[in-house]
Amino acid sequence: MIAPGLIYFILFKYLPMWGVLIAFKDYLPFRGFWDSPWVGFKHFDRFFHDPVFWLLLKNTFVLAIYNIVFFFPIPIVIALMLNELRIEWFKRSIQTAIYIPHFVSWVVVVGMVYTFFSSEGGIFTNMLVDAGLPKLNFLMSNDWFRPMIILEVIWKESGWGTIIFLAALSGVDPTLYEAAKIDGASRYRQLWHITLPAIRSTIVILFILRLGNFLDTGFEQIFLMLNSTNRQVGEVFDTYVYVNGVQQGQFSFSTAVGLFKSLVGLCLVLGANKAAKKLGEQGVY
Amino acid sequence: MIRPTLGSRLFDIVNVAMLVVFALFTIVPFLFVLSGSFTASEELLQRGVVLFPTKFSLDGYRYIFSTKTILWSLGVTVYITVVGTLINLIFTTLTAYPLARNEFIGRKPIMMLVLFTMLFSGGMIPTFLVVKSLGLLNSYASLLIPGAISAFNLIILRNFFQQLPDGLEEAAKIDGCNDYQILVRIVLPLSLPAMATFSLFYAVGHWNTFFNAVLYINDNTKWPIQVWLRQIVILSQGGIGDSQQMGSDYVAPPGEVIKMAVIIVSTVPILLVYPFLQKHFAKGVLLGSVKG
Repeated sequence: MIAPGLIYFILFKYLPMWGVLIAFKDYLPFRGFWDSPWVGFKHFDRFFHDPVFWLLLKNTFVLAIYNIVFFFPIPIVIALMLNELRIEWFKRSIQTAIYIPHFVSWVVVVGMVYTFFSSEGGIFTNMLVDAGLPKLNFLMSNDWFRPMIILEVIWKESGWGTIIFLAALSGVDPTLYEAAKIDGASRYRQLWHITLPAIRSTIVILFILRLGNFLDTGFEQIFLMLNSTNRQVGEVFDTYVYVNGVQQGQFSFSTAVGLFKSLVGLCLVLGANKAAKKLGEQGVY
Repeated sequence: MIRPTLGSRLFDIVNVAMLVVFALFTIVPFLFVLSGSFTASEELLQRGVVLFPTKFSLDGYRYIFSTKTILWSLGVTVYITVVGTLINLIFTTLTAYPLARNEFIGRKPIMMLVLFTMLFSGGMIPTFLVVKSLGLLNSYASLLIPGAISAFNLIILRNFFQQLPDGLEEAAKIDGCNDYQILVRIVLPLSLPAMATFSLFYAVGHWNTFFNAVLYINDNTKWPIQVWLRQIVILSQGGIGDSQQMGSDYVAPPGEVIKMAVIIVSTVPILLVYPFLQKHFAKGVLLGSVKG
């Protein structure tokens, strides 16, 4: 019964892991995997000495920091706000509305961003012009790339991100609130002394997991938002691998870049997990 | 009962107002695109896209449904979604069930094997080369097979199967059921809510499939709708306005209307599934929070 699944994992997960060896070869499609010559760390050497390495590192780092600062707190705040609602149907309507964008593809999200922010006839751009404000170049400039990326993430994933916090909040013992009320605690006091401590460990875990996935910047989204005018701030490891590997056929070099990213990612995840356990939280693995 | 204080009321009002604003921020962009896709060209040229247009027209939809390209790629997407989800469910179930059975000796090492794929992967290029060397490039199979099992879903489903009482399986075995019969007759009927949740997540993934198609499929007659959506809306190419190339007999309405109609057409079908399965979400996601 397990054979198809086992074959699947070996063929599509473990064979590619074995295939990363081409990062240490000069892979030539016509000579194949076995006959291509070994070259050691040549491709890594080239990558680390290329100025683009620092550019990719910086772009990834800045996007990750933006994400943690501007996106990470939002689902927590919204979950806390939803938790304060007492009318059940209203709460459920809001939830239904804010979960929707999660199910929409990144192509649709970026497509909608184009219809709103395009400098030629974008809905929002036109509103700015009608209000007598200058036309801003949201999609074709280095300045707006990062804010637009974060805005899209906030729009698409904030609602969905509340689920895990709401689950943690539903486990709070209601008698705690009753006791606090009798002791004269205001709503803000209850929020601060009961609700927040209840989700503290969830917040810590998710924050650490986020640090573990520090290098994952949302590949499809960035791929769709990239164009020749914003590569300087938008190019990240995955998009660089795609352009060099698939489009230009530098298989070995781009595999080396990908392997570097995977290895650093693995270390970050394991490190984050260890940190979680040190802080007295349950690890994930 | 303690009467709510003024501060408490104010808190509620501000809270509700802010949540309504956020919900509008989520929904209003969809409404703009929906209205825009139904706006008549004259009005669009005069006033641009507005939330409440006065002149409606179906030109955008009439145009895209008359093009062979869009209609065909919608068909491709429906095919990938239906067949792909079935493959996902069959593969995931067949793999998860043995891993949930205590008497299966190989389950520990195989679980390790599965878990490790969540931590490390060969990456884009080696996977691409494997798919290529299997001869799957430019075939629908490249969109169906390489993602047949999500390790994450597999582990959640295994945990779900493990929670089922062992007694049921033992009873079935004594009554002469083999393993497959136990799975189909006993385990699956008890797992319908979990199955519904997985179907939804897998189906959404297939409907939204985009990058794998860009990577594996060059032949644009095999592109799913999301790839065409990018061509038309983001890259503003793909022959919009060129009725001949799109295979339409209609004169094209303004590009904006077509773009918005394509966005709606590629979004609405998957959103229609949403209410049916919504009641299972919370359960399904909570399953996910159970430790592996």
